[in-house]
Amino acid sequence: MTFLGMPTAPRGVGQLRQEAPFPVAAARALDDSQLRRNLGHATSTIRAKRAAAVAEVPDWQELRAAGAAIKDEVLAHLDRYLLQLEEQVTARGGTVHWAGDANEANRIVTGLIRATGQRHVVKVKSMATQEIGLNEALAAAGIEATETDLAELIVQLGHDRPSHILVPAIHRNRNQIRDIFLREMPDAPAQLSDEPAALTAAARAHLRRKFLTAQVAISGANFAIAETGTLAVVESEGNGRMCLTLPRTLITVMGIEKILPAWRDLEVFLQLLPRSSTAERMNPYTSMWAGAVEGQDFHLVLLDNGRTATLADPRGRAALRCIRCSACLNVCPVYERTGGHAYGSVYPGPIGAVLSPQLTGVADNPDLPFASTLCGACYDVCPVAIDIPAMLVHLRSRVVDDKLAHHHGPTPEAAAMRTLAWTMSDSRRWAWALRAGHAGRLLGRRYGRIRHLPGPLAAWTSSRDLPRPPRQTFRDWWKGSRGERSRAGGEHGDTA
Amino acid sequence: MSSREEMLARIRAATADLNGQPEVARRYRPAARGPGTADEALVGLFEERASDYRATVRRSTAGEVARVIADAVAARGAGRIGVPGGFPAEWSALLTDAVLDDPPLDVAALDGLDGVVTTCAVAIAETGTIVLDTGPGQGSRAFTLVPDYHLAVVRTGQIVAAVPDAVAALDPARPLTWISGPSATSDIELSRVEGVHGPRTLDIVIVTD
Repeated sequence: MTFLGMPTAPRGVGQLRQEAPFPVAAARALDDSQLRRNLGHATSTIRAKRAAAVAEVPDWQELRAAGAAIKDEVLAHLDRYLLQLEEQVTARGGTVHWAGDANEANRIVTGLIRATGQRHVVKVKSMATQEIGLNEALAAAGIEATETDLAELIVQLGHDRPSHILVPAIHRNRNQIRDIFLREMPDAPAQLSDEPAALTAAARAHLRRKFLTAQVAISGANFAIAETGTLAVVESEGNGRMCLTLPRTLITVMGIEKILPAWRDLEVFLQLLPRSSTAERMNPYTSMWAGAVEGQDFHLVLLDNGRTATLADPRGRAALRCIRCSACLNVCPVYERTGGHAYGSVYPGPIGAVLSPQLTGVADNPDLPFASTLCGACYDVCPVAIDIPAMLVHLRSRVVDDKLAHHHGPTPEAAAMRTLAWTMSDSRRWAWALRAGHAGRLLGRRYGRIRHLPGPLAAWTSSRDLPRPPRQTFRDWWKGSRGERSRAGGEHGDTA
Repeated sequence: MSSREEMLARIRAATADLNGQPEVARRYRPAARGPGTADEALVGLFEERASDYRATVRRSTAGEVARVIADAVAARGAGRIGVPGGFPAEWSALLTDAVLDDPPLDVAALDGLDGVVTTCAVAIAETGTIVLDTGPGQGSRAFTLVPDYHLAVVRTGQIVAAVPDAVAALDPARPLTWISGPSATSDIELSRVEGVHGPRTLDIVIVTD
């Protein structure tokens, strides 16, 4: 479904959609005890570190409020800021391209690489290029793309998929990574140990030659300053600097929401992002450049791919504030147990559950808004204050509306809700229904919980248990034990 | 209609309900202590925070810089050291195998160096960061990237308090590299490994102005 007629990210390209329903994919992940150990270890480590890094900043909430407000300003006047960015980048010798969707972006990038005559490119970790399936499109055009971020390299060599925004190989432990390197890296030392330092050194040696000889690099961008045309890439390993600096041609693919209005705005985001993502005071390396610098050719590809559809929903558009820090993944009780692959999209976890269905339209990711307990931890840590729980509830209603629009006759949920409304609108009907609920006690006799509801209600219990109804309803208990006293005490009856 | 026009039209339609966006409230700590204001406490904070990243930090008076640099380079066992154009000659005077990067060396030549010495544009105390803007004494971006060892000289007058002070002091039109410690990764089980693709060793020399 499109929202208000806006085109969403197209099917058949990129990686934004569920392949299996979330409950099925999650159940598969939960069966993998190694995966759960890897994730539990990693997320608990980063959670503690982030909390310490944030606690050190006395004005964190003020920075957070400013971050949200700056992003809202960008979204409200996105047309103006994009045009300003285009003007600045062009004035400084860069070339700006506009890509309505993944296919167009892939075509543009492929064409730019072909024009250089190169068959090999190096890549900086970039969510946007993962989202549009750029590597696959390049492979189809006979161009080999090498991922240079360590985790992305592990994923690429393992013929695997990323499972975390910041640490895409978080689902792998050191043993598994050593095995992948020994199998896929021809120049890996035969007696390679599983020490992270040894594995890192092997990756350095493997990539060094490619860095020093690459003629074309592809990157994403963390920020683009409309006022000055300055682009910023935030990283740790130096692979970003290698790609951004050494090759003669640089192609940056950037979602249109990555803009900041003014140079000054970086003073907010360069505090919010490092502490929220890697839990550091500052990440090791940040590169900034405006247009074509130091003799390079520079191309900037501005990507929509469902972002304008997201922007069109007043209650969903704040998802575009996201700066991809991944703090919400690390605190999410669902993500911690299922990992990223269960979400299907390159954007997993809480932010993925609100972003992916908006980019694709809710019909293509109908389970994701339900893949949450609405506990609110994601909202608390979000550096740009995206109210993810409220947005999830809103998107659940969009999923239901979408099903109604495409379903002949009422869905079981709709029928149940209508019956509930009829029952609750009359106090006698409601009292009767509550007492009738008593019958449910028959179901939970053995375990004290109801594991399987009969008939069409079975869907509810397919992924959760239901508590056995109590002996007495609250209303009956109140009438019996407190009702009289409460009436006698009038309005002063609260002694709790 | 071109993709450009189409995207702009979609954005305008999508945001038609929004008008009169409130002014951004900046209630966070503003830029307050720019270049030239650092006292001993701020210099000490920079020293501590840069050391937290396992950069090795040394202090020097103006007259001893050449000696401190030569000792630091020797302690790393580095021989061939690249010296960029505009780097004060008196600071590199005691380097025994200095290679002048003027005109700029190509990547293969940079790969043959053991390390480089540079100045910087600004340094941030709170985050232990140095920022290079390819100005005099700093070399190109590749110059401080390809060799495995980087020694940066920071004058106390270049140390600012926090990120907003640095943003205010920098020129957004120049290529900028913000450096906080040596390259690092936490990609394997989130355990931090220092030294990946950029220089694996970072030394900082703070010179009292």
